[in-house]
Amino acid sequence: MKKNLAYPYGVWMVIFIICPILLIVLYAFSNGAGGFTLANFSEIVTYWPIFVRSFVLAFISTIICLALGYPLAYLMSRQPPQRQQLYMTLIMLPMWMNFLLRTYAWMSILENKGFLNQFFNQIGLIAFLQNHFGYTLDYIPLINTSGAVVLGMVYNFLPFMVLPIYTVLIKLDPKIIEAAQDLGAPMRTVFRRVIFPLSLPGVISGLTMVFVPSVSTFVISKLLGGGKHMLVGDLIDLEFMGNAYNPQLGSAIALVMMLLIFLCMWVMNKFDDGSSEEGGLML
Amino acid sequence: MSKHLIDLVDIKKEFDGEPILRGINLYIRDKEFVTLLGPSGCGKTTTLRILGGFETPTSGDVLFEGKRINDVPPYKREINTVFQRYALFPHLNVAENIAFGLHIRKLPASEIEQKVSRMLALVGLKGFEMRDVTSLSGGQQQRVAIARALVMEPRVLLLDEPLGALDLKLRKEMQIELKRIQQSTGITFIYVTHDQEEALTMSDTIVVMNRGDIQQIGTPTDIYNEPVNAFVADFIGESNILPGIMRRDRLVHFCGHDFACVDEGFGEDTPVDVVIRPEDLKITPDSEAQLIGTVESIVFKGVHYEMMVRTEHFTFTVHSTLCEPAGKTVGLSVIPYDIHIMHKSVPTAQKMEAAN
Repeated sequence: MKKNLAYPYGVWMVIFIICPILLIVLYAFSNGAGGFTLANFSEIVTYWPIFVRSFVLAFISTIICLALGYPLAYLMSRQPPQRQQLYMTLIMLPMWMNFLLRTYAWMSILENKGFLNQFFNQIGLIAFLQNHFGYTLDYIPLINTSGAVVLGMVYNFLPFMVLPIYTVLIKLDPKIIEAAQDLGAPMRTVFRRVIFPLSLPGVISGLTMVFVPSVSTFVISKLLGGGKHMLVGDLIDLEFMGNAYNPQLGSAIALVMMLLIFLCMWVMNKFDDGSSEEGGLML
Repeated sequence: MSKHLIDLVDIKKEFDGEPILRGINLYIRDKEFVTLLGPSGCGKTTTLRILGGFETPTSGDVLFEGKRINDVPPYKREINTVFQRYALFPHLNVAENIAFGLHIRKLPASEIEQKVSRMLALVGLKGFEMRDVTSLSGGQQQRVAIARALVMEPRVLLLDEPLGALDLKLRKEMQIELKRIQQSTGITFIYVTHDQEEALTMSDTIVVMNRGDIQQIGTPTDIYNEPVNAFVADFIGESNILPGIMRRDRLVHFCGHDFACVDEGFGEDTPVDVVIRPEDLKITPDSEAQLIGTVESIVFKGVHYEMMVRTEHFTFTVHSTLCEPAGKTVGLSVIPYDIHIMHKSVPTAQKMEAAN
């Protein structure tokens, strides 16, 4: 009886997950005429700088998310329950707004005549730079930089770092922390030897949940990077929807990307091996 | 007698205005096995947490060898704790759990290894070094928790209902084991439990608590044989507690008769509570009986039968190896020494001195 309940999902999985992946594999190994070829893969090599840029930017974003998200999750978990709920709502609130809208909002903030540059003008920062440092532009370039892309990734994906870490931290038995203090550990040592190691499953989940969408995003780089900083996502988008229409190459790129992400996750999970069985790992 | 190791001086503790401890005065001697005994919510665990440094008293002083330690954080106290649900570190194996505190003390690796293996031998877990603590049974986890605290060679070990999660047989074994460990290490044990039998088995001194107050302090025999009030009598073992009137020294009136007893100093014609243990009531032939009653029910308890015997004024619980059928009329007698007289009511804020 219970087994039967899983059938709808099984059908769903076959139609929407397995079939598309098989199609991608099929496309990746075929040429325009439908014959078998490896040419798509050899062509990918020419795009390696885009791959490198994607992974570097995603890596930087993930590290920033961790640096911001862990302390936030930790402080949140130590608040009284009422306050925890408030913080949780504040973290989730932006996610209830449309992803595109949020990114457009950042565009208008970062533009050359945008909110931030107006602000810099008002406080005389730009005039100061022009007078004392021979600065020639009448704005500070913010949009269409790698920094803007990283900012967009961090802004959009930070909750995915905070939530899994927070979930692991609130489940931590306060008695275990007391036990460590009891055995002579000041709070700093308790954190280093007990709290952090026990929160690793949450950290791994967070890293995964931020890194994977970051490395494959195309909207953020398109809107905040202005196409100057093309990422793998943009490249795939271009092969399917753009002028360079070449779904076979696009599929090959998507496949390679999948394998690379899988490799990253596998390496990451290796770090977590044996330290704890708890906490859901996302793959 | 050795001097005081710990003094609690008029300790009061409130949570959100709710009094949990109402003025605890207690001293604990070096190498003593002290048990804080009471029903849940009596403040015994709070007292223990104050000793461990996890709570600070609202008022009053905690003295360790005469020095005030109210504000000393847990990690600086020469006191270690065995927690109720063990609180082992799930990411460390057995040996790493036990070595945790030694690593923090930065002892050389060889010394740590030596101490850990000595501890494992003491708690009977040799060969378990590399085992994952989550794979251990409750009793084994308990031993790891004890070893982890003992390896620190604390002056005082606090144990918060450490055997609560174990089954009866294992609990009995661990009681004996704990007593043995305490005697062989010479460490002062402060033990919290709600199980009166556990307290009687292991303790040098029992502190009976109720509603944030100490009711009685004494040796297990004192507490059992000379409970100071109806609460203690009722909490420590089964008791028949009935109202009586102290006629004069060594003579008490209850159930319509005067009985000889051994208590003095209650004044004349004072209302009192009379306590008689079920095993102190003897079933006797009518000719020698002090009370006559009818057996209402009988239950086999293993070592003895438990009978409810209804007399004219009171239904007594009687433990006896004799089996009398329900409905039969029997005689009961009790020797003067086994009639315990207690003051009627005990003022809640009464401060007690140690009985011994």
